[in-house]
Amino acid sequence: MTAPAARAPWTPARTGVWVGIAAISMSFAAFTSALIVREGPGSDWQHFRLPPVLYANTLVLLVSSALLEIGRRRQRDGREASSWVAASGILGVAFILGQIVAWRALAAQGVFLASSPSSAFFYVLTVIHAIHVTGGLAGLGYTYRRLVRTPGSAAGVLTAAATYWHFMAALWLYVLFVLVARI
Amino acid sequence: MTTPVRETVAKLTELKHQPPEGFWRRYVFSLDHKVIGRQYLDLALVAVITGMVLSWLMRLHLGYPNASIGVLGPANPSQMTPEYYLQLMTMHGTIMVFFVLTTAPFAGFGNFFLPIQVGAEDMAFPRFNMMSFWVTFLAFVTLVASFFVPEGPALSGWTAYAPLSAIGKEAGPGEGLGQTLWAISIALFCVGQLLGALNFIATTLDLRTKGMSLARMPFSTWAWFTTSVIGLIAFSVLLPACILLILDRVAGTSFFIPAGLVFNDQVQTHSGGSPLLWQHLFWFFGHPEVYIAILPGFGIISHILPAFTRKPLLGPKVLIGCMIAIGFLSYTVWGHHMFLSGMNPFSAILFSVPTLIITIPATIVTLLWIGSIYGARLRITAASLFCLGFVSVFVSGGISGFFLAQPSIDTYLHGTYFVVGHFHFVMGVAAMFGIFAGTYFWFPKMYGRMMNETLGKWHFALTFIGVYCIFMPMHYIGLAGNVRRYSSFTDDYLQPLLPVHKFMTIAALFTGAAQLIFFYNLFRSRFKGPPAPPNPWEATSLEWSTPASPPPFDNFGGKHPVVTQGPNEYGTAGAKDYVMQAGGEA
Repeated sequence: MTAPAARAPWTPARTGVWVGIAAISMSFAAFTSALIVREGPGSDWQHFRLPPVLYANTLVLLVSSALLEIGRRRQRDGREASSWVAASGILGVAFILGQIVAWRALAAQGVFLASSPSSAFFYVLTVIHAIHVTGGLAGLGYTYRRLVRTPGSAAGVLTAAATYWHFMAALWLYVLFVLVARI
Repeated sequence: MTTPVRETVAKLTELKHQPPEGFWRRYVFSLDHKVIGRQYLDLALVAVITGMVLSWLMRLHLGYPNASIGVLGPANPSQMTPEYYLQLMTMHGTIMVFFVLTTAPFAGFGNFFLPIQVGAEDMAFPRFNMMSFWVTFLAFVTLVASFFVPEGPALSGWTAYAPLSAIGKEAGPGEGLGQTLWAISIALFCVGQLLGALNFIATTLDLRTKGMSLARMPFSTWAWFTTSVIGLIAFSVLLPACILLILDRVAGTSFFIPAGLVFNDQVQTHSGGSPLLWQHLFWFFGHPEVYIAILPGFGIISHILPAFTRKPLLGPKVLIGCMIAIGFLSYTVWGHHMFLSGMNPFSAILFSVPTLIITIPATIVTLLWIGSIYGARLRITAASLFCLGFVSVFVSGGISGFFLAQPSIDTYLHGTYFVVGHFHFVMGVAAMFGIFAGTYFWFPKMYGRMMNETLGKWHFALTFIGVYCIFMPMHYIGLAGNVRRYSSFTDDYLQPLLPVHKFMTIAALFTGAAQLIFFYNLFRSRFKGPPAPPNPWEATSLEWSTPASPPPFDNFGGKHPVVTQGPNEYGTAGAKDYVMQAGGEA
């Protein structure tokens, strides 16, 4: 029987990620409450069909999150993890590209930011989420570098990056739910 | 199975960066929390001078509405226009609330002293810390730049109420690029403060030195920590609000602009937005912002007072609990700013009750201060005098808050100078007194030199008299029905109150002149003040255990202090009447 693996030490980076998650959650709560209020009294709320590519993007982001989790566990067990982090990052880039495809698809239909309040919230929520995912990609890049250069001391950073990245996936599920339910 | 552990501080506080070399790294783009703290304080100093000059111009016009103030009114060079008055008012409020009351006591003193007080060598994320300051600086530059755009700066008040703030230049002077710059500036400010809050929280939770339990943290550290939690939530809501406002202004969206709005005989193309939505989002931030401004003052006063009363502060755990309670309750009261917005009367009661409840912890804290002073042989210094002044103005402003918390009374008073007097006392002047107390107290540690105490006492005496002469009459004229936000009162029933406005104008100029004493003392002492002893106030907390003043780059000269008791050990028996927190080194 092998000895249980030691968990990653608690580091300020992990605290920072949780604090960041709290701030981002509050921001999206604010956007959501604004959406609900704005939808309420106005007669100009227009429903439109969401671009199907959003669902494929969802799958890409979830797989990306799963790959990073595998990488985190491999690192915890003392095995190579950088390639899993790289794969996760590549899928993260694919998610961003997929979101751009979705925005272009809507624009091709004549649905722009100012077309209606519903389209405005669509673009605001998806763009703000994409900006946060881009920040997460920067974090994954840093984590990859740490894993390659100093793998012995990268556990805390990897755990922090994974926490943030999983949150990005969960946040996207939430955003998608709001969009499906309201738009 | 092992569990996640917070590593001992000896490992975690190893510096993530080396001592800076070269001018730019040492003084401009520094990662050192002490340099960043000083940068924040210097920024606040520039901001407060700017804001004070704007207030003088407003007061001159209110006291002497027919007097020529030179080139200040762009539309009418011989006299200030109402629009220009509102622009001055907006910029005064914005600069003071954001770039002075938030920046100095929280980001300035907090950056400099929080890491030292918990025994750390720097903030948890020095690069984020540097970004925090420079983003805030950029926000200030953006705001000030709006003075130089064609229609001038924003005029919709520091609250930027929609739809006026959301329309665009067709809404009139001050609603063009200036208002857009206002929204961009505040959005940037939010980003800066979020980065700062992230650092404060992580540093407090993870970088405390050995023996520094939460219960042993100084009151000021508790206040900065609580404030950062409040700020994290508050600025996370204001930032989305500003993004939506910017989009309404530049991208043609209709988040806050209702349908059928007519400005300057033009029907706006926007449709269906909700101006009340802006008010809710803004005040969800705006009321906690009051505590972001004042809680660091609570902490500073509670930290400083025992050093001069020479006895422990009463009820330390109660005080910390009250600060946390205030932070929590601050998120339940935002609707009391909107009693006149047409909200359901039952909603008004819902916001009125917690507004009254929040006065309970504030009152307890005040009683703890007064109880701690009672019977003490107070050492009279500039710092301790400003502590007493803080208690005085906080009580004066707080009492008027009881009235405003009740919707039936607020309906009458909300649009009057009563509110102006109230919030200037309880938020503005009280926070400023906290800043002054902190400056006189910590200056020796920050610059290694003493400030002139005689000048400091004169500064206090004149300022204390001056602020009461400015803001106490505002309560009276408010009760008399003097509306606020008007640029002059020459043609109506308020003309009999003009002598009171003249008195307040003279008092404002007098109080402003008294600040010259402070500025002189501040700048002269930086370079020519007598060298400061290591612990001039015989205080207990870790900042007075550093090997030098100002502290070296890593704060404790490569050592890690070990804390053996709390910061409240005054009035003890022995050769000294206090016990330092640092009982040893690791």
